[in-house]
Amino acid sequence: MSGNEALALGAFEAGVAVASGYPGTPSTDILENFCQYDGVYAEWAPNEKVALETAIGASFAGVRALATMKHVGVNVAADPLFTAAYTGVFGGLAVICADDPEMHSSQNEQDSRNYALAAKLPMLEPADPAEARAFVHEAYAISEEFDIPVLIRSTTRLSHVEGIVEPGERRACRTPILNREPAKLVMLPANARQRRQDLADRWQRLQRLAENTPLNQMILRDRRIGVITAGVAALHVQEVLPDASILKLGMVNPLPVERIREFAGQVDELYVVEDLDPIIETQVRALGIACRGKEVVPAIGELSPTVLRRAFGIEPRHPGFPAPDMPPRPPNMCPGCPHRGLFFNLARLNVFVSGDIGCYTLGFLPPLSAMDACVCMGASIPMAHGMARALGAEGNGKIVAVIGDSTFCHSGITGLLNSAYNGDTTTVIILDNRITAMTGHQPNPVSGSTLRGEPAHEVDLERLCQALGIEHVRVVDPHDIPACHKVLAEEINREQLSVVISRAPCALLPEVRKAPKTPLAVEPTACTGCRSCLRIGCPAIVWTPVTREEAAALGLPRPDKQDGHATINAMCIGCGQCVALCKFSAIQPKEVS
Amino acid sequence: MATAGNILFCGVGGQGILLASEVTSRALMAAGLDIKKSEVHGMAQRGGSVVAHLRYGDRVFSPLIEHGGADVVLSFELMEAARYLPFMHPKTTVIVNTQKIAPPAVATGKALYPADPLAFIREHQVKVIPVDGAAIAAEAGEPRAANIALVGVLSTFLPVAEELFIDILRQRLPRKVEENLVAFRRGRELGTP
Repeated sequence: MSGNEALALGAFEAGVAVASGYPGTPSTDILENFCQYDGVYAEWAPNEKVALETAIGASFAGVRALATMKHVGVNVAADPLFTAAYTGVFGGLAVICADDPEMHSSQNEQDSRNYALAAKLPMLEPADPAEARAFVHEAYAISEEFDIPVLIRSTTRLSHVEGIVEPGERRACRTPILNREPAKLVMLPANARQRRQDLADRWQRLQRLAENTPLNQMILRDRRIGVITAGVAALHVQEVLPDASILKLGMVNPLPVERIREFAGQVDELYVVEDLDPIIETQVRALGIACRGKEVVPAIGELSPTVLRRAFGIEPRHPGFPAPDMPPRPPNMCPGCPHRGLFFNLARLNVFVSGDIGCYTLGFLPPLSAMDACVCMGASIPMAHGMARALGAEGNGKIVAVIGDSTFCHSGITGLLNSAYNGDTTTVIILDNRITAMTGHQPNPVSGSTLRGEPAHEVDLERLCQALGIEHVRVVDPHDIPACHKVLAEEINREQLSVVISRAPCALLPEVRKAPKTPLAVEPTACTGCRSCLRIGCPAIVWTPVTREEAAALGLPRPDKQDGHATINAMCIGCGQCVALCKFSAIQPKEVS
Repeated sequence: MATAGNILFCGVGGQGILLASEVTSRALMAAGLDIKKSEVHGMAQRGGSVVAHLRYGDRVFSPLIEHGGADVVLSFELMEAARYLPFMHPKTTVIVNTQKIAPPAVATGKALYPADPLAFIREHQVKVIPVDGAAIAAEAGEPRAANIALVGVLSTFLPVAEELFIDILRQRLPRKVEENLVAFRRGRELGTP
């Protein structure tokens, strides 16, 4: 099973009763797997802060609780995280954060271990799926013994790696109880000062645990090279330096200071190999121990056997062949994606598009090229507001914010509230495709269903926006390019804050996939090869070069001048956006033979 | 047959690569081998170039194949096979579906699809087995069975008995099992000269 399946299994076996999270690659499928076990409660929260606060509440009520998120989600959850270190727990509390070195599906590659240091929380880092399952059990044992939340760091190469895992029995869940202990749970200054001191005492005990835990393993082999390493990086080390001595840390905070001294004393040359920041290396150096780390092993991008071989100057069996020069294949919005129509219009309206996180960030790519900024979840609306304030009257009619439904619920609402409160005049477009699409279709507060697929209250976005103080809220169908263009132009030019809800379900949702479709085709005798339809960048529309003879044989309208024509392939689902782009009515419903 | 090896699956998001790599890894596990399989989800999957690493043996450490370390490359799309040349060595076998999917620059008329992408591979004397997955799938009566036909070719290079592989396919395939098995067996014929 995958690392994420193993983390879910470990949580189930450890008797976790309540779990919450917000989807984010590579963490998403931990909760999706966990929720399928009997006798557990799991839910999607609108954001990571809410997820962690829910898990904290469940822990305060005495049961084992879990929060899951990707690395950037920890930023959102950081506020409760730091103070939960003070309060500690009743039922065990674990927070799984999945880092994404190399930014396969992220906007930055921050290292979550920094949070363990900053918040003074123990952190475990499994290397493979079998360890992932086992370390979750350890996390809950530590959490309850030391009265502290425990962080578990995953990375893409653990979460989405499959390996062999032996399942075990489930522990009985703890009995929930309402513990009223304000001195421990009410963090006003007088209590917080006490708990701060208590945390220091707990930390001393955790440091002793680190020295003795079997989570940290010393393997002494050839003493010429010793490597301190952790997580998936430890596996790459064993691949590239099979004879080297290794101190593999399963607990990356706090570090086992005495074991590190002992290991360093046994080897001639000491290296630290860790994914991303020099967290272990910096602490080893602070002990006065000489080591080599980021001066040879990159701090940017993910580690791999190829990268380590290069770092250590070890020849591979074969270096591989150079990649040929070929057209790249970046990701693209799907055929029939409602976002495409919206971005096509924005590109023509020539506005600055303050973007956000989701599939629609792909609107940045050519030929649409219709996004000008994207920083983090929810930033689109306040960034647009800040730009408008900076530009003053110059900015009128030139700035829009674009945000998806799930991202709007995550952290867009407060931004919109701010825009309304502070008299903003920009245009906010909510791309409402009814689902959190990029991470693989997780329901959210607009979807009308829960993590487990049960019916749920569906937020009314129009009324919500009106309640926040937006007078002008309009809904458009992004597949209807001309009508959508008209509304967008009107609202962008309006010197008042307005919201346009661009509403059509994601093309990959089962109800869209199973609906009857009328795919489109290009009639070659009408296609002049003007390339207008290609501007929308649909993967189903393909430019097909032709020779003069082929042009004549196909009956193209300008056989002497045309060097090609458009065709529509089998990926077309008949969304109809391209029909409005063709001035020659060459795009027609495909005749079913 | 080698009891340790590295298989690189590549193609375009949405071609059934994850299912193919999953049934292969389960078959290797059923044959008593350790495996690690690594793939990438999320943004990368949206019609982009997709890759999965599968390593097997008595004990596998790293989940990632090194440059020059793939024993078999299974490409679901023609030009994608050549994109992964850095992972190949002179004794790599490349099994490649002959289906062409235009990348954005080609579809919008800004670049040409390479005239003969396999020539990039063959110039290094690497063995290439082209497979018309769509034709096999159509013949088998299930147009979506192209990925299983390719797995059939791949299976002949793995230390897994045919019957064991078929058992795994029966367990994992969601529908049209018999049609998929016809495609799998046809693939096996292509893999066994």
